[in-house]
Amino acid sequence: MKKTRTILALCAVGFGLAFSAGAVVAQNDPIAQRKALMKAVGDTGRAPAAMLKGEQPFNLAAVQNALKAMQDAGKASPALYPDNSKAGGDTVALPKIWENKADFNAKLAKLEADAASGLTKIIDEASFKASYPDILRGCGDCHRDYRARR
Amino acid sequence: MRKFVVAALVLFAFGLAAFFALTAPRRAVAGDPALEQGGDIERGRIVFYAGGCASCHATPGQDNRLVLGGGLELKSPFGSFYAPNISSHPDDGIGRWRTADLANAMLAGVAPDGAHYYPSFPYASYSGAKLEDVRDLMAFLRTMPPVEGKARDHELGFPFNIRRTLGVWKALYAPVPAPLRDDSGRPASWNRGRYLVEVLGHCAECHSPRNALGGIIGAQRHAGGPDPEGKGWVPNITPHGMKGWTRGDIEQLLDLGMTLEGDSVGGSMTSVVRNMAQLSRDDRLAIADYLLSLPPREGPQNPKR
Repeated sequence: MKKTRTILALCAVGFGLAFSAGAVVAQNDPIAQRKALMKAVGDTGRAPAAMLKGEQPFNLAAVQNALKAMQDAGKASPALYPDNSKAGGDTVALPKIWENKADFNAKLAKLEADAASGLTKIIDEASFKASYPDILRGCGDCHRDYRARR
Repeated sequence: MRKFVVAALVLFAFGLAAFFALTAPRRAVAGDPALEQGGDIERGRIVFYAGGCASCHATPGQDNRLVLGGGLELKSPFGSFYAPNISSHPDDGIGRWRTADLANAMLAGVAPDGAHYYPSFPYASYSGAKLEDVRDLMAFLRTMPPVEGKARDHELGFPFNIRRTLGVWKALYAPVPAPLRDDSGRPASWNRGRYLVEVLGHCAECHSPRNALGGIIGAQRHAGGPDPEGKGWVPNITPHGMKGWTRGDIEQLLDLGMTLEGDSVGGSMTSVVRNMAQLSRDDRLAIADYLLSLPPREGPQNPKR
């Protein structure tokens, strides 16, 4: 019995270590981190897109999820493009980012601000249809110059 | 020996004459007074956005897409092209142009002075434009603010820097100018979509692979390929590359830039989306209908997928 408990405790410690090691790796891997943020924006964004097309009923919580993912991405991204992350990890970030860092960061700040304003403004289907499309159009401002086509 | 020299000279003269005859720029329209009258500015605005004029001719580095001073660099395997000034400035832009000048430029790739334009200006597509659309576009362009300064000259390698050689390129790859005729067996929406995709929107210019001479490979038209501007890939927009897409999905992409995966399109397509968002929803749906009706064509393989 005692032995089992020890093994379990060791396993828990092992898991804990493995988990934090994973977190450390992710923290030191800005390419993976920024990809995860953008993927979250895409994944949470599909439901609101379907609502705009009339393929899904309006759901405020799902819209807020998408906006929060955008807000998180806008807030965390400026720190995730250090000079040593220009290449590798199959990145589609373009070198222009590091040539125009101030503009790039200003656009990320705008993404965060647009998402935040969406979170307060969008309260029902009508306000969603009125302001959500323009928030999406903002994505192109960054993707135009700073992300490779694929 | 003397006979040989004479024969060689005669042959050379014939060759030169043939080259000049074959490469002579041919205009699409002569001066037609009716073309110079009227023109609907609001309809011209739609032609302007459907044709993507601002995407290349808007002055880079500023946000107003109606400041048409040109200067944007277009990279290609042949060198760099710089989009010219098409603002209403009388000397640096096209402020003195007649509608016939615009028609010859767009439909035949011929400048007012008779020189060939490079096909980076997509006249191979615009060759099917309707003259009333050119007239409306001219009316709209005349309302644009004048912008001072000419764009720099193209930087091209030999022999592509000799404009006359474009006569050969046109004979091979540019259709004879003629307005695209509607197919009466198809719905109006499909016909409108075909006109927007094949002529004004000139989608195939980027979404098709090209051969060594820069001609579109017909069997892979709209089937995508490596980005001619550098890093990246231009997607296949025939049904082969659009599996799972509905007309509503395509309409939404053209309006908002959002893909089926929840991604937002990048590169110069962002500018296309800003143009398409100015069109009516019906026009965007017409584009979708036409694209979905294309034969599925397999293009070059994207190594990343």
